[in-house]
This record gives sequence, C-alpha cells and structure tokens, in this order.
Amino acid sequence: MKQVANKDAVLRISSDEKWINETDVAQQTNESDGYALEEALRTVEAKGEGEVVVCTLGPQGAKSVIKDALARGAHRAIQIIVEDSKTLSAYQVAKTIADAIREENADLIFGGLQSDDASYGQTGVILAELLGIPHATIVIEVDRESLGETLRVKRELESGWYQWFTYKLPALMTIQSGISQIRYASLKGIMAAKSKPVTEVTPSVEAFASAPTIEKVYMPLKTKQTQMLGNGDAKAGAVELIEKLRSEVRVI
Amino acid sequence: MSILVFIEHKDCTLNKTSLEAITAAQSIGKDLGVGVTAVIPCDKDCGLAQEIDRYAIHKVIVVKNEKLGIYTPDAYADAWEQVIKATNPQYVVMSHTYQVRDFAPKVAARLGREVVGDCIRYRSEGDKLVLTRRIFLGKLDADVSLGGEAPYFVTFQSGAFRGDAAEKGSGASVETMTVDVGDVRMTPEAPFQEAKASVDLTKSEIIVAIGRGIKSQENITIAQQLADVLGADLAASRPICDADWLPIDRQIGSSGQTVAPKVYIALGISGAIQHIVGMKNAGTIIAVNKDAEAPIFDIADYGIVGDLFEAVPVMIEEIKKVKG
Ligand SMILES: Cc1cc2nc3c(=O)[nH]c(=O)nc-3n(C[C@H](O)[C@H](O)[C@H](O)COP(=O)(O)OP(=O)(O)OC[C@H]3O[C@@H](n4cnc5c(N)ncnc54)[C@H](O)[C@@H]3O)c2cc1C
Ligand SMILES: Nc1ncnc2c1ncn2[C@@H]1O[C@H](COP(=O)(O)O)[C@@H](O)[C@H]1O
Repeated sequence: MKQVANKDAVLRISSDEKWINETDVAQQTNESDGYALEEALRTVEAKGEGEVVVCTLGPQGAKSVIKDALARGAHRAIQIIVEDSKTLSAYQVAKTIADAIREENADLIFGGLQSDDASYGQTGVILAELLGIPHATIVIEVDRESLGETLRVKRELESGWYQWFTYKLPALMTIQSGISQIRYASLKGIMAAKSKPVTEVTPSVEAFASAPTIEKVYMPLKTKQTQMLGNGDAKAGAVELIEKLRSEVRVI
Repeated sequence: MSILVFIEHKDCTLNKTSLEAITAAQSIGKDLGVGVTAVIPCDKDCGLAQEIDRYAIHKVIVVKNEKLGIYTPDAYADAWEQVIKATNPQYVVMSHTYQVRDFAPKVAARLGREVVGDCIRYRSEGDKLVLTRRIFLGKLDADVSLGGEAPYFVTFQSGAFRGDAAEKGSGASVETMTVDVGDVRMTPEAPFQEAKASVDLTKSEIIVAIGRGIKSQENITIAQQLADVLGADLAASRPICDADWLPIDRQIGSSGQTVAPKVYIALGISGAIQHIVGMKNAGTIIAVNKDAEAPIFDIADYGIVGDLFEAVPVMIEEIKKVKG
C-alpha cells in the first residue's frame, strides 16, 4: 500500500521542477490499495485462518498508511523506510519490496492497480516477476469459494468485457478500485492497532541503470480553447452557459 | 536495429489501438532512421499478417506457439522475451491497453528494463527519446528521459497518435517465428460481456454526466432534472456506477461506453484519462467543477469553475425560461 498526495490537494511543482512540493500536502492511502487490503482481509476471513501483512515503502510519515490498515484489521506490518522514495522508478520500488517480503513466502499478494501520483501501473507486475510468481492485473472479483491450491479471479478487459482466470498459488493480484465496499476502522480496531507488530526495514535501494528519469514536471499544455464562464460565480456561469447553448451551440 | 511494434488482437481480429502504435512507431522510426517490425503473437499463421503488411513497415513477424491462442501473461512474456532476444530492437512500442499493462512490465523486468508507460507524446534528442507522461491523475505532465541501454520499452496512451494516420506501404515481408512457451500458471476462461447494455448512449444527442462531485445518490435528482429539461440522457463516471448509484450501462470511459454526442455536460467529473477516452469526441464539452485545475477543463469548450449545486438549478431555470 502506497501513500500518495491527497486527491483534492493543491499541487505545487517543486523548485527543481522534478516533482511536487510534498511538505505541506495532505497525504492519503492510494485509492486502489484500500480495495486491495479489503480483498486480503476478506480472503483471510473466508479461509478462516492466516494473517494479512501490510507493506508500504516510503518516508517515515508513510506510517499513517500502516496505522490505518492495522486499524481496519491487518495483523502486522512491514514498513520499508526510504526517505526519497518518490524519486524511485517502478522497478526500484518493486525490487526493494521484493527483497523485503521474499522471506514471508506469502500465498497471495494483493496490490492496487495503479498509484495516483506516479501512475506507473507496473509495480505489482514487476514484483510478481521478481518473486517468480504469476500475476493478474485489473482484478474486479475474487471467487473466494474457489480458494484452495488455486484461486479464480475475474479480470476486467476493455469496453465492458471480462474474463475469469484460475491461478496457481502463490500469486499476485492487482485490484481495481470499486471492487467492494471498504470497511471502516472501528474504535476497537484503532485501539488494537497500537499493539500490532510493525517491522521497520531501512534498505539501501539499488541503483537501476534502466530507470527512467523525470527531467521536468509542468502543468499540462492546453489542447483546447476553453471559454470560462461566470468568472468563479457558478450561478452567473450557469446563466451564461445556457445563453451559449441557445445562441452558439443551438441545442435549446 | 529496429523498432518492434505490438499488434494486439483477439482471434485474429485487430485491436484498433494497435494502428495508433504503428503510427507512433513509424514516427519514431523516421526520427531515428530505423525500420519498424510488427509483432503478432498467435497460435496459427495469423490472418492479420496480410492486413498489417500493407502498412509502411519493414517486416511482420508472426510469433507462433499453440499457447498463444488465448492471451495469458505467462505465455506472452515467454514469447516476447524470445522475439526481443532474436531481433535485438532499439525500441519496443505498444499501445497502453489493458493487455499491454498486464504483460509489458513483466517482459521488461525480465530483461532488466522498465517500461515508460502511458505516454502522451515524445520528442527525440539525438538517438534517444524524451517521453511525456501524465502524473497525479492528469493534473501534471512529466518529461521523462530513458535510462540504460536498448531495448527501450514505451507505451502510448490511447489517442496519443491517430490510427488512421498510419502510413500505408508496398507490402512488408511476413515471417513466422516459432517460440517456446514454458509453464503457464493461469488458466483463462472465455472472455464475456456482462448482461447486454439496456441503454445505448452512443445514440444520445445530449448527455448529462455526473461524477463523484454529486456526493450522494439523492443528489442525482437534480442532474436528472437537468437532463429532463434538455431532453438529455444521464450518464456517469465509474465511481458512480461502482457505488450502484446508476447502473453500469451508464458508465462512460475505457471500461464503459464510448460516446460522441453533440453536447456532453460533465458535472463534478475530474477528467481522468479513462473517462476522457469515452467522451472526448463529443461535439461540445461542458464542464462544471469546483476545482479550476481539474483536467476536464483541458478538453472542455465551456467551463464553469464552481459548485455544481449552485450552477445546476440555475441552468434548469434558464432553460425553462428559454423554452418558455
Ligand atoms: C483500468 C481503469 C479503468 C477505468 N475505467 C474507467 C471508466 O470507464 N470510466 C470512468 O469514468 N473512470 C474509469 N476509471 C477511473 C478513473 O481513473 C477515475 O478514477 C474516475 O473517472 C474518477 O471519477 P470522478 O471524476 O467522478 O471522481 P473524482 O476524480 O473524485 O472527481 C470528482 C470531481 O468532482 C469535483 N467536485 C467535487 N465537489 C463538487 C461540487 N460540489 N461541484 C462541482 N465539482 C465538484 C472535484 O473537484 C473533482 O474534480 C478507470 C480507472 C482505471 C485504472
Ligand atoms: N512505495 C510503495 N509502497 C507500497 N506499495 C506500492 C508502492 N508503490 C507502488 N505500490 C503498489 O503498487 C501499485 C501500483 O503502483 P504504480 O506501479 O506506482 O502505479 C500501488 O497501487 C501499490 O499497491
């Protein structure tokens, strides 16, 4: 589970123009990762045994992701502390996580399908390859009845198509947002989280020659001339818009 | 040296976004002075080869193995690994489809490489490309340079290049390369469509679409009222359908319907690429969003920065006035 800048945060490009200035930006757990946790919890509950271990890689402050996941029911956590994690490529993130969790020999690894900041959409797939296990991406249903030596999952294809696959375990699944209703942390859960074990690791991240480098971050170039209406006044904008729809677009 | 371009298909029927990848590869090929080779994984002598060899490319390689009939990431990764080792390309270019998302990072990782994914454009600097990708849910762009040695893996976002701009040629040679595929650890069933859509939004003239900004299911009423006075159909972004506030057949975007109405009114929709691909060809796009930086404004013809709950009732009143 990854910590990312809050969806609604105002983003300011950092002075070196290589990322955003994250110092005063509210953080949250990446959206699809919350759903990944929920699938993990439900799978262990359905099985009636086992534990959910949450893992995050990021600066010290990413601990809030772990606290929240433990409060929702994860049993323990591995926190990989890398202060400048936002400069890492997808391969580097996956490699560092792989090295930290390999010994866990997990039966199932659930991750989000994409991070809302870097948006590589790759970390899970690379992680599976590095661990030598099969993967499925964009999973939107887990058939828990099927859970045994194998697991059957439904993948989303494009334009309203779907496909079921059965995986030999261990396997890694990247989960699509909206797959389920995520549980809230109960007060009891929040209290219990305080005594759950968190293993901290501080690896040195290996250099990776093929890592792409961000040269410059900037506001997207506009492709269209947009007529802004109302000047920040929604009601005035609405009046102007209907006038445009009548006189220019001619649909009223 | 060559550029490999992936031709995606289902049962030898082309996925049209592969034409966009051909356009991209041709363009890069011209800039760098290298030829383009199309790669078609298939379990037979793929009929698609004769369709693809009409484009201005050097060669078409049909990569053959009985396990390449129905897509699996394991079989595709094994096949691609061998094609790349045999052809030693400089670039591997693909469209950023769901299938490519599924196997490309695996192939690259296996070869000690990393995909620069979901790019929207490129420029060449010497013999290397600088690629632009969207980050932070479309709010920012990043120019990215490539690291290490070839092959470089690049995928382009749907719509970054025009498929109909792919250059035709005088017939490329078609080769078959038989590959080995090892253990496939997943068993696919047949792809299927969920219950047929009962509303066909592709025929709608006007669409009022709601996103998370609508906040609650009850609030959909005001969007419905707007749709009613306009004679429009109601549609939504994915989270609205995920929450069952509207049925899935009203979802617009890469996993929903693709529409091109005369007018598309987006209420409280941020404009994520997966939504935009489904509606960007609308005649007139109108966005109401309280965040002036929302990416939806990049493609809007008319924009209102503000609260939709203030704007929409006024819109309804004004339309009623006009209509008398
Ligand atoms: C593989 C994949 C497939 C996907 N397929 C699809 C798809 O087919 N269709 C799709 O839509 N998405 C799809 N998505 C999801 C997509 O990435 C976005 O998450 C989604 O489109 C966001 O929906 P939204 O704009 O409604 O919500 P948000 O991104 O949360 O945006 C809500 C917007 O409402 C605005 N707002 C809030 N309150 C108000 C108010 N009172 N007045 C005005 N504005 C307000 C906010 O400023 C914000 O911009 C897919 C994602 C992936 C990874
Ligand atoms: N730093 C990280 N720590 C933990 N998980 C991560 C990290 N980066 C990526 N992931 C996981 O990989 C998924 C895909 O991320 P990305 O490849 O960056 O789009 C995320 O949804 C997370 O589940």
